[in-house]
Amino acid sequence: MLNHTTMLLELKEVNIGFGEGAKRIDVLSNINLAVKEGESIAIVGFTGSGKTTLIKLMAGLLMPDAGQVLFKDQPVTGPGRERGIVFQNYSLLPWLTVLRNVMLAVDEVYPAWPKKERLAHAQRYIEMVNLRHAVSKRPAELSGGMRQRVSLARTLAMNPEVLLMDEPLGALDAITRSSLQQEIIKIRNASKTTTLLITNDVDEAILMADRVIPLNPGPNATLGPSFRVDIDRRADRTSLNSNPAFIRLRNEVIEYLLDKRSEVGTRNTGKFMLPNLSPVLPQSVFGSTRSKAA
Amino acid sequence: MTPMKSISPVLKKYTPPALAIALFLMAWSFGAKQIETSLGQVPGPAMVLDQARILWQEHVAERQKAREFYERQKDRRAAMLEVNPSATVAAVSYTGKPTYVDQILTSLKTVFMGFVIASLVALPIGIICGLSKTVMRALNPLIQVFKPVSPLAWLPIVTMVVSAVYVTNSAWLPKSFLISAITVSLCSLWATLINTAMGVASVNPDYINVARVLQLSPLKKTFKVLLPATLPLIFTGLRISLGVGWMVLIASEMLAQNPGLGKFIWDEFQNGSSQSLAKIMVAVFTIGLIGFVLDRIMVELQKRVSFERVHA
Repeated sequence: MLNHTTMLLELKEVNIGFGEGAKRIDVLSNINLAVKEGESIAIVGFTGSGKTTLIKLMAGLLMPDAGQVLFKDQPVTGPGRERGIVFQNYSLLPWLTVLRNVMLAVDEVYPAWPKKERLAHAQRYIEMVNLRHAVSKRPAELSGGMRQRVSLARTLAMNPEVLLMDEPLGALDAITRSSLQQEIIKIRNASKTTTLLITNDVDEAILMADRVIPLNPGPNATLGPSFRVDIDRRADRTSLNSNPAFIRLRNEVIEYLLDKRSEVGTRNTGKFMLPNLSPVLPQSVFGSTRSKAA
Repeated sequence: MTPMKSISPVLKKYTPPALAIALFLMAWSFGAKQIETSLGQVPGPAMVLDQARILWQEHVAERQKAREFYERQKDRRAAMLEVNPSATVAAVSYTGKPTYVDQILTSLKTVFMGFVIASLVALPIGIICGLSKTVMRALNPLIQVFKPVSPLAWLPIVTMVVSAVYVTNSAWLPKSFLISAITVSLCSLWATLINTAMGVASVNPDYINVARVLQLSPLKKTFKVLLPATLPLIFTGLRISLGVGWMVLIASEMLAQNPGLGKFIWDEFQNGSSQSLAKIMVAVFTIGLIGFVLDRIMVELQKRVSFERVHA
């Protein structure tokens, strides 16, 4: 309990589900996670396993049905500026320019600053994500990668204590994706912000985080064991593919996830029930309407 | 690179409507000749065009008369002041009958007034309905019941209420004008209300999440996120409202005797001269063209506020 205070973000026996009664689906159950200050964690899991739900719990956009989400030992009661979140689908306001989108956040977080200072602050972060040439463009004029950069700049400009990223690169093509990965790593190394990344890409998880945690397939998804990443990240990305430590770690994580999925698969086989339907032929439909009309 | 190739897209675009209009005019002039009414033969396109010209000439002549009247008045006044510098000369305004153009302007003013009233009522209520499911559920039956009511049903009620409440004889806001405008707004506000409510209620949840993460105050959330996001839908509603308002206006002007196009039609109908039908047809085309122009204006405004389009 002594090192309890060093935890920045903590999830304790968190359960959450959606729907009522027979339709209820328990998405996450018994989630335990402790994030230390300065740590970089990646949670990797299959599509639909509840990853977004998990990060929304941390952001305070969802409340757990049971258990606790703690930030600096205080229960999370809603969204907060200290927990910045980057959404998968960018969530930029389409009627605002790049600068205005970032300014919306800066104005809210630093209302006391003079206007000039707020503008300079926003511009600094736009430059950090290499979008100076696009400050006055609207999201519809930007590519997916550029949009996600804006979203990243908006979140970083709030100077959050923890950066939550929900599959931030999921919708991008491979080349854009790898260049943005490098940029995020660079920005993170400079700022040392605590980071929690959610992804479905094991390579990305290993590349970007110090600790990789698989999310077991749902329903009732739980977190798997942590895999510590001990790889020299200064090595460039192309040589990483032949790095034996990288390959071993990747195989371990993938094997773990596949094992878990096949377990769920066997668990579920008995559950499928085909609806009791018999085919309706066009003839019988017309026949019945005709007889009704008669 | 033959000239035919460069012409053909233009031809393709304009030939069908031109043909359709030509066919319509032919059918009209042929059909009109077959029907004899108590006011004479149904007028064909040529007669209608003739009446349009006459109405315009009447307007020009009337304006000329007004100008002369005011000049005479000015001269008389100058003469009087010359004799007695301390004399107070009351200015008399010209009281000629309203011309066709005056009637169009009155109609436009009335529909605009009704549209403004409708928007002022519908927008706030729509936003509140969109924000609160409870309010939406509470008001929904009322909205659904009042929405399909015809202006002709509202008019007697509005007339009685306005007559009871509004007791002045002010020249710039006559009773008949107010009655028509309120009737127009009663019929046209529903489209804006429903669109605003639907728009606010269905704002992309991503935008709401942004507002939540930034911890925007409810007021800021409404004005910085919800309303801008809903603006395209609100404008669609306003466009429908203006269209409905313009359609409804003619009926209410007829009955409220507001001196606009509706009254013009009614007066011509009562007048029953051999030119009446042709004049009414001029009014029909005027109403159609103005309605079309109003709709185009709203479409342009709508384009301005739609943010999904790339401004390349």
